[in-house]
Parts: sequence; C-alpha cells; structure tokens
Amino acid sequence: MSKYLVNLKINNMPVAVEEGTTILEAAKKLNFRIPTLCNHPDLSVAGNCRVCVVEVKGARLLAASCATPVSEGMEVFTNSEKVRKARKHIVELLLSEHNADCTKCFKNGHCELQELASEYRIGDHVFLDLVTPESMIQDISSPSIVKDDSKCIRCQRCVRTCAELQGVSALAVVNKGDHQKISTFLNKPLHEVVCTNCGQCINRCPTGALTERNYIEEVWNAIYDPSKFVVVQTAPATRIALGEDLGVPVGERVTGKMVSALKKLGFNKVLDTDFTADLTIMEEGTELLTRLKKALVDKDEKTVLPMMTSCSPGWIKFQEHMYSDMLDNLSTCKSPQQMFGAVAKTYYADKINIKAQDMIVVSIMPCVAKKFECERPEMRDSGYQDVDYVLTTRELAMMIKQAGIDFHKLDEDHYDSILGESSGAAVIFGATGGVMEAALRTAYEIVTGREVPFTNLNIQPVRGMEGIKDATIKIKNVKPEWSFLEGVDLHVAIAHGLANARQLMEKVRRGEAVYHFIEVMGCPGGCLGGGGQPIPTSPEIRKKRAEAIYSEDEEMPIRKSHENPEVLEIYKEFLGEPLSHKSHDLLHTHYKPRKRY
Amino acid sequence: MSTTEALVKELVEKNGRTRNSLMPVLQGIVQQEHFLSEEALICVAKELDLSAADVYGTASFYTFLDTVPRGKNIIRVCKTITCHMKGKDEVIKAISNALKIKVGETTHDNKFTLLSANCLGWCHKGPVMLINDEVFPELTPQKALEIVEEYAKK
Repeated sequence: MSKYLVNLKINNMPVAVEEGTTILEAAKKLNFRIPTLCNHPDLSVAGNCRVCVVEVKGARLLAASCATPVSEGMEVFTNSEKVRKARKHIVELLLSEHNADCTKCFKNGHCELQELASEYRIGDHVFLDLVTPESMIQDISSPSIVKDDSKCIRCQRCVRTCAELQGVSALAVVNKGDHQKISTFLNKPLHEVVCTNCGQCINRCPTGALTERNYIEEVWNAIYDPSKFVVVQTAPATRIALGEDLGVPVGERVTGKMVSALKKLGFNKVLDTDFTADLTIMEEGTELLTRLKKALVDKDEKTVLPMMTSCSPGWIKFQEHMYSDMLDNLSTCKSPQQMFGAVAKTYYADKINIKAQDMIVVSIMPCVAKKFECERPEMRDSGYQDVDYVLTTRELAMMIKQAGIDFHKLDEDHYDSILGESSGAAVIFGATGGVMEAALRTAYEIVTGREVPFTNLNIQPVRGMEGIKDATIKIKNVKPEWSFLEGVDLHVAIAHGLANARQLMEKVRRGEAVYHFIEVMGCPGGCLGGGGQPIPTSPEIRKKRAEAIYSEDEEMPIRKSHENPEVLEIYKEFLGEPLSHKSHDLLHTHYKPRKRY
Repeated sequence: MSTTEALVKELVEKNGRTRNSLMPVLQGIVQQEHFLSEEALICVAKELDLSAADVYGTASFYTFLDTVPRGKNIIRVCKTITCHMKGKDEVIKAISNALKIKVGETTHDNKFTLLSANCLGWCHKGPVMLINDEVFPELTPQKALEIVEEYAKK
C-alpha cells in the first residue's frame, strides 16, 4: 500500500514526503543539514540530545527534528534566530558536562561534539563546568575498550547499540538527573561483565567516551627495537576500509597501497591474515565433513550439529556468556588471526631462521575484540603469546599519518612470501556470509570433485545484509569416499550482529530450525562493519564495503582456499593434513563458559 | 535455593514474566529485604530474561529502590525548603543522636536507616518524616524520638 504524501515547507521551500517521515529526513531531501548527536542511522530514535531542534510555525516549543514526523501544511525553519540561539545553548550545556580535554583525546579530530562546538564557535565557558572528579576515572579494565565517563554526553547511542544491534545490554542508563550515567551492572569494570568487546559502541560514540585501547606506541617501540623481528598481518576487511580514514572514498580498495604503507612504516615482513583464512577453511571445512560423518554415519552422540564458525572473537565471548551450554557446537578452529600467530612463531620463524622469542606479531584488524582474543590464555600455543599486538584499522591510519606518508601517492605493493599468498575465498571472510561461501567452495569440491554449482563461484544465497539468511545446497554425485552425503540437503544459516545471532540461537535451541553449519559474525555486516573500522558507519557504508570485498574476490587469480599454493605447502612441509596432530596443537582451541550475569 | 531466589521466583510467578512486571517485582523485594542485593538483581534478570545492567538501570533510577543495604525501618526526613524552615535539622539531629548514626547510615543492629528525602508533599504540616510507608507530620524533636522508640520496640 502506498503511503500518503505530506506537503510541507522547510525554510520556505516546498517539499512532499511520505507520511511518517521525520522533519530531519525531509530537510535532508532539500539538502538542509540539521546537526545531530544522539541520532544514528543504525539505531532507534532517542531524541535526547536536542541539537537537532527546529522551529515549527505555530508551535510554542522547538521540536526535535529527528523525532517529529511531518504533517500537512507544516512550516519548518531550521536556522531561524530562535533555533540558532537554542542550538548554541544546547551545545554549550553539553560541553559544560563534557571533559573537553580535546588535545589529549584519542578522538581529537574525529569527534562529533568537537565538530559541532567548532561549527558554532563555542569558546568561552558560558556555563559552570560540571564534570565530576569521579567521572574522570577511566575504565581501562578491558584489553579492547576504554570507557571515559567524563567525555560522555549521555546520548545513549552505545546503550541502544548494545541492546538493539547486539542484544547484549552490557551498558545501561543508571541513576537519574545530574547523577545519570552510562554504566555496567553495578558499575563493575567492563572486563567483569557480559561485554563481548565487539566495539560497536565505539563506532557509534559521538565523543571520546568509548574508544579502543590503543597500542600504537607499543608497536612503534617494537619496530624501533633492532633486536625484534616485527611481522604484520592484515585482516581481509582492513583493505577495503582503511582508505576511508585517509581521504579515500568509501568502497575503494587500497590493498596494494596498504601493503606499501606497512613496508614504509618499518615492519620487517608484511604478511596476510588471508593466508590463514584459507588455512581456516581447510581445517574448518574438514572439521565440518568429519562432524557430518560422525553424526550421520557413526551416530556418535558426542558430536553435535550444527557446527558454528569461530572466527569472530566477539561472537565467541557472546556464546561463552549467553549460550555456554552450546559451546560444543563451536568449531574448534582458532580464528585466522590466531592461526597466523601460532604458525608465524613456529613454522615461519623456523623457515626464516628467527627465534620465536625475537619475533613480534602485529595484527591489523577491523576489530577490537581481537585485542582481547590475542591475550586469551589459550592463545599461546607457540610457547609465547602468539599475537603480540592488535591494531584497529583506525590505529593503522593514525600510524600512517604519524609517519608522514602520503597515502594517495603510494605505489601498490605485494605481500611478502611466505604467509602472504591468499585466495578470493579468504578476502570474502570480511563480509557476512563470506566464511560460509569460502567453506562451501572448498567442502563441496572435496566431496564431489566439482566446483560449487553457482555462476562464477558466487554463492549468491549466502550473500547480502539480511540479518539472518539460510540456504540449502543439494549434494549430488559424490566421490565414493563421501557416499554417505549422496543426495543430502546441506542446510546452512548465517547471522551477523549479535541480536540476530541470538534470535538464530534461540531457534536452534528450541529445535525449530535444523542446520548443519552456521556462520555467525559478531558485527553488523560482518568484519567490514567491525568495531575497529573507520567511523562513521551506516547501512550504505557497509553495503559499499561489501561490494568492494566481492569485487576484490572476483579479481583474485585464485578463488578457492584449497588451491592456495602456500597453504598446500604448509601442509606438505609442516602440518601434514587438516586436523592432524600438529594442526590440533597449533590451530585448534577450546572455549570456557563465562557468567551471564 | 536461597531465600532471595525463592522470593524472586514467587514474585515473578505472581506478577508475570514480561518486562512490565519488573517494577512490581523490584518493589516486592524491597518490601521484604529492604534493599536490592546483587543476588536479587541477578535473579530478577534471569527470571525476566533481561540483562543485569538493564535491571540495575531501572533500580538505580528510583530513590525508593535501594541498591545498598538498608535497615529494617527506613526513616526519611523531608529535606526540602518548607520543612527546613520549620526545623527539620533539629529533628534529624535528635534522631541522629538517639540512634548514633548520621544521615545515610544504618544502625549496627540493622533496625534503622536514616535518610533525607525530597519533598514529601506535606509542606503544610512540616517538618515531616516517613518511616517505611507511614507519614509523620508536624514533628518536634521530642515527638520524632517517641515515634522512633515505638518502632524500636516492634
């Protein structure tokens, strides 16, 4: 049913929009920008920051344009004297409760409140400074996220993110009036509560109240230390987003330039997490087939289905907190980042004749949960901490700026070898559905000897931004050793964003949906929308990043993980075969139940 | 099962498992246990399938839903302007001296907690105090002490 059109005037210009449209959206149509702080394209309307106020003719009070729907004949003014004065006052009031320590703030230059304050030329203290001493104590208990209440303007984007997108609600609004703040359960430190470290709150915080723990200085120190051999790995989703922080349009791939920049920064070797993404597919694909056999043929009661992916550390911690009874469903495979660390400090260190203790492994990740993951006690199978430091895409951009590198003028370079070769299947790990697609490309071929029956290997049913996707792949004409899979319909499901994951888990637990294999990524859109990616984020931005990922895949000479020559080599020389004893030692792990409350 | 757990289960049984029942459940616990312990908040979160932070957020919003231990009897003396002018300070001083606690504290035997409250709506008959759910208007220090003594005997 089509909606009615509503006619109104904004700043004396007529416009017709569908009923239910907010004044803010209608103004956008006429290219009038109204500033916002609490509003976010991914979240429900809150209307609490008030900076988007506008004057509606005939109304006594100013209206919050983000929360006011248009009505017939409405006359709106977005920049009248009354509006300007009120808006300036509102920003001044917000600043009176904000620790405007801008020069020392990690968000300096990327802060929405700072931008607004500078736009409105707010200089003098009009109101008393109300930042309390107790709010100045930062919560640095989490290895991933720093929470600084003195910078918080209580817009509640983080609270809505944690509830609406992630279904976790580790953060809530507590107390009231001048004591109101955003807090965890009983003000406990972040590392003690259900926080999954996904960092989606960071991506949406308009100020510096929530930022990643940054390890830039530690990485510089490692680079400058002549006794250390510093290798860097880059996750799939970094190459399609890094540019955004360096003046490159959204959706433009910068793989070659990123490699070039990393070499200029002084890393001894620039390697690729995509290599271990391919390795993950070999291990996880084989694990899936083994589990199917154990469950379907051997009727082994200890083998549980569906198997669930384990690449996303936010998802893993979520599962440990919320569904600790279903940990056996998780694949035992470590994430590509951790496989990389374990292989780098053993196989690779031997090959290049470097002692593991002299090697520093740095990761560039679209993720802040990876910072937590690398410190997990399970992730020391090389005998050392397998991955030493994790930097977000944003932190790398910062380092590139610090080094005075003109990113635009860089030539494109190639990853070093070995541990630098990868396939298109690895690149798509960065998008929701990507691990599933990569696994299917390989598993299907192992079982049938033929390529997956989709045009150009593009398994469209598992792609896209729908919250929960499912697909069925019919397996036919299998090789003799896989005869038990003949004619089997392989049911798979994909969820991204933990609120969707939760819905899917509930369905699985209730037995309403029977799947063999489930991919879950903790962040909306998958890693391309990760908590460590450039800010801002929105559905459109994530869509463009996904397009970039799939076009990178199409251009790769190798599209399937099991055809990556370096992967074949590591099995021949070192690991033996997937799920071998050595693989188990280095590439697999286990999970532990955590408290939900 | 601890007594708190049993109490929460009983309250949830009575009020229902939807989010709407959060307030009556929290009020029910405060009525029995005088405050919301960590255990109680967690039990409620579990039973209503809410996050613990969410439950704490709601509890911390309301002055009468305490999240720190309180005595069996909670004395709230109105601190707003009319009662102030009519001598609430003397009332507080008398109670404070008698019970040997300051505002915000609880007696060692857990019988009394002394708090100040925002306007209780009895300005015409101030100074006024509330003990649990009962209002006592037109107080003098002497009258206040007699009332507290009555409660001490209970």
